[in-house]
Amino acid sequence: MANFDVIFLGGGPAGYVGAIRASQLGLTVGVIEREGLGGTCVLWGCIPAKALLESSHIANRLKHAAEFGVKVGDITLEYGVAMKRSRDVSTKNSKGVEFLFKKNKVTWIKGTGVLGAGKSVKVTTADGKTETHTATKALVVCTGSRVRGLPQAGLELNKTTIISSDEALVLETAPASLAVVGAGAVGCEFADVFNAFGTKVTVIEVMPRILPLEDEDSSAEVARSFKKRGIDVLVGAKLSGTKAGKDSVTMTVEVGGEKKELTVDKVLVAAGRAANVENIGLKEAGVQLTDRGFIKVSATLETTAKGIFAIGDVAGPPMLAHKGEREGIVVAEIIAGAHYHPINYGNIPNCTYCSPEIASIGLTEAQCKEKKLDYKVGKFPFSANGRARTSGETEGFVKIIKDAKYGEILGAHIVGAHATEMIHELLVARENEYTVEEVDLAIHAHPTLSEAIAEAVLDSMGKMIHA
Amino acid sequence: MATKIFMEALSPTMEEGRLVKWNKREGDAVKSGDVLAEVETDKAVMELVARGDGVLRKQLVAEGATAPVGTLVGVIAAAGEDIAALVAGAAGPAAVAPAAAAPAAPAAVAAAPAAASAPIAAAISTGAPAKSSPLARRLAKDSGLDLGGIAGSGPGGRIIKRDIEAAVAGGGATVVATASRLPSSGSDYEDQPLTQIRKTIAKRLGESIGPIPTFYLTAEFDLTRAAELRAAAAELGDDFKVSFNDIVLKATATALARHPEINAHWLGDKIRFHNRVHLGMAVATDDGLIVPVIFDADTKGLRELSVESKALAKRARERKLKPEEYTGSTFSVSNLGMMQIDQFTAIINPPECAILAIGALEEKPVVVDGAVVVRKRMRVTMSCDHRVIDGAIGARFLQDLRRMIENPLMLVF
Repeated sequence: MANFDVIFLGGGPAGYVGAIRASQLGLTVGVIEREGLGGTCVLWGCIPAKALLESSHIANRLKHAAEFGVKVGDITLEYGVAMKRSRDVSTKNSKGVEFLFKKNKVTWIKGTGVLGAGKSVKVTTADGKTETHTATKALVVCTGSRVRGLPQAGLELNKTTIISSDEALVLETAPASLAVVGAGAVGCEFADVFNAFGTKVTVIEVMPRILPLEDEDSSAEVARSFKKRGIDVLVGAKLSGTKAGKDSVTMTVEVGGEKKELTVDKVLVAAGRAANVENIGLKEAGVQLTDRGFIKVSATLETTAKGIFAIGDVAGPPMLAHKGEREGIVVAEIIAGAHYHPINYGNIPNCTYCSPEIASIGLTEAQCKEKKLDYKVGKFPFSANGRARTSGETEGFVKIIKDAKYGEILGAHIVGAHATEMIHELLVARENEYTVEEVDLAIHAHPTLSEAIAEAVLDSMGKMIHA
Repeated sequence: MATKIFMEALSPTMEEGRLVKWNKREGDAVKSGDVLAEVETDKAVMELVARGDGVLRKQLVAEGATAPVGTLVGVIAAAGEDIAALVAGAAGPAAVAPAAAAPAAPAAVAAAPAAASAPIAAAISTGAPAKSSPLARRLAKDSGLDLGGIAGSGPGGRIIKRDIEAAVAGGGATVVATASRLPSSGSDYEDQPLTQIRKTIAKRLGESIGPIPTFYLTAEFDLTRAAELRAAAAELGDDFKVSFNDIVLKATATALARHPEINAHWLGDKIRFHNRVHLGMAVATDDGLIVPVIFDADTKGLRELSVESKALAKRARERKLKPEEYTGSTFSVSNLGMMQIDQFTAIINPPECAILAIGALEEKPVVVDGAVVVRKRMRVTMSCDHRVIDGAIGARFLQDLRRMIENPLMLVF
């Protein structure tokens, strides 16, 4: 039994970042987390997936090594080794958060928490003991989200043949064939990984294109690249008649009125995640949910129960680590009564780390059309960028959508190697309301991939130099 | 290419200015650097100069009218150039009252967003152009809005897109100068609009007596030896004539150099102890009080101080001081002795932490070595900000000051 100024229920990116910030602001902080620190991001998401993608990136690059004058012998792909490395990276990151907790005097309460009366939390530890901790100022729910199956398509997760990203991250070997159901960021990333490790991959998406939240040009560019590498891309696809056997899954896929049967070793379901709102005493504490099953929060991230806040995936989309981290910082500042800037939810970057990478902010061209905005598009392909040619990574483009009259950056979409690093220039520009002119005025170093941003900006003004 | 003429921040603390006189008429040719108008700021009458060549096409603020810093007051353009859009975006021609109607009431800023007065004040009080995003500037330009009248809601009070959109939705931020004057006779009373200097005095002194926990230390100094020094010096010739006030300034500056705990600024979250002594000296002018500064007063000789203080006082009364000549003091002295005030308490000029009030010099009987004798005596009262200066610390400073004034030979060392 201990008292803290603030208790965070959940030690993921939202909770651990918020806890550190709260401690920096002079509050005493406890974090209840039953698994390792870092949450889905560090243990089962961003970090291990990116470690695996680095393996697939090396594998893909090596296929072209000879063109660069580097001859390598036969390439042997061992998914198990890549998997173990990714687990090591994940563990190191989690230990890193533990270190940060010690440094910032944040207490990790290991166990499963359930909200009790008056901002208290009953915690059951691994050995079955229970203890109660009380927050004097505020309680922050940041229990995150979890993988889920797609029962409406007969795809209940059985963890052997019908799996989620959780199981995919710890497979000892790459399956011979894999169907990835859902072509969002997670689906596309695993399609890329297993394709590089020799798996016959089929991507199945119900929407008319892969990466349906991205700009149509981005979706098309990635689909083209996937097909070139032998990934089957089935969009506008309906699933039926799923039969899960012991070693394989058979299902009927209907695309454009044409039905065909598909049998694969495994199905990876990547069709969204479910918020962790069950069995933590939300209802009893007076915390209400939205129609979509997230915790309902105010503009100051407070739930319908006074003194109880919610942040991260559990508080609603976008379910992104960086959105959760920012909410953690802001909720700590709100609780501490410190000055804070309201979160600009309109300028959160979306990043997918498959090859080629996809990064975007703001509106897609389709959204601009829908809103009947007067816009202009500037686009520059990496095939015309010197630095991209030197590295032989010429797939993709930079696309800038600007307001036709004032040059406001309405949206920016980058597909290509290192796109997820490059987007931040435009993110800063947009956050500060720089127009395309200010981006152009900044002299971009030569030769860099970022010159493609400068050129796309120039194109939007009708002044492109290099294409 | 037209050039907009704005009410510029002509002093560091200026928030608005009264256009005293237009030196150029509409239609006059002007060159960059020409004096367009005289503007009364919070401290002095300053010159507003042209930033471009052409013809003064439009005066948007009447003589005598007051406008906040950043207000469009006129337009310079080529003879035939169309300036309708520029003019339409600012105060309309109706705002230009006849010159005879001066002085006008303070201009009111009619900002669009309600409850936005605080950010407006914040944006203007910096004296610098309002901070704004590039996109906001483009939108404002297109809508003919003047950023100076718009409240910023971005980081650090920055004007961003949504502020412009709100201003446009609210009909634009326009500056309206209303001229009003009551007849000077036939009325029970006469209202006189506040001058800039009176407004500043009210604001600054109100700030002082309110939040500053002030206490007062009074001491009576013997000026016998100071009088001897004056007499001896005067015998050397006119070049060596000094006043009692000069001796007090010199002694105060010298004592301050030894007492940085008095020579300090209260800055809200910290106290700044100054190593240099910049001595403010309160000067009464027809319009009110102003405090020119003798910089590095502790390093200056008695004669030098005497010349400089007289020059500053003269220029202050003529209202010719430049802003940098009345800002930056670390401690101030106020002397009402020449007006036969025996003793008084002066109000601290923040962020300074103390001020010395000098009373009249008078001959009075005092007891010296058991006998009643007539001596020249002078009362001084130091107002101290207790957040910085404790009683004993203030008293120790006055002890040192007493030693110096009563033994002016110390000032030589």
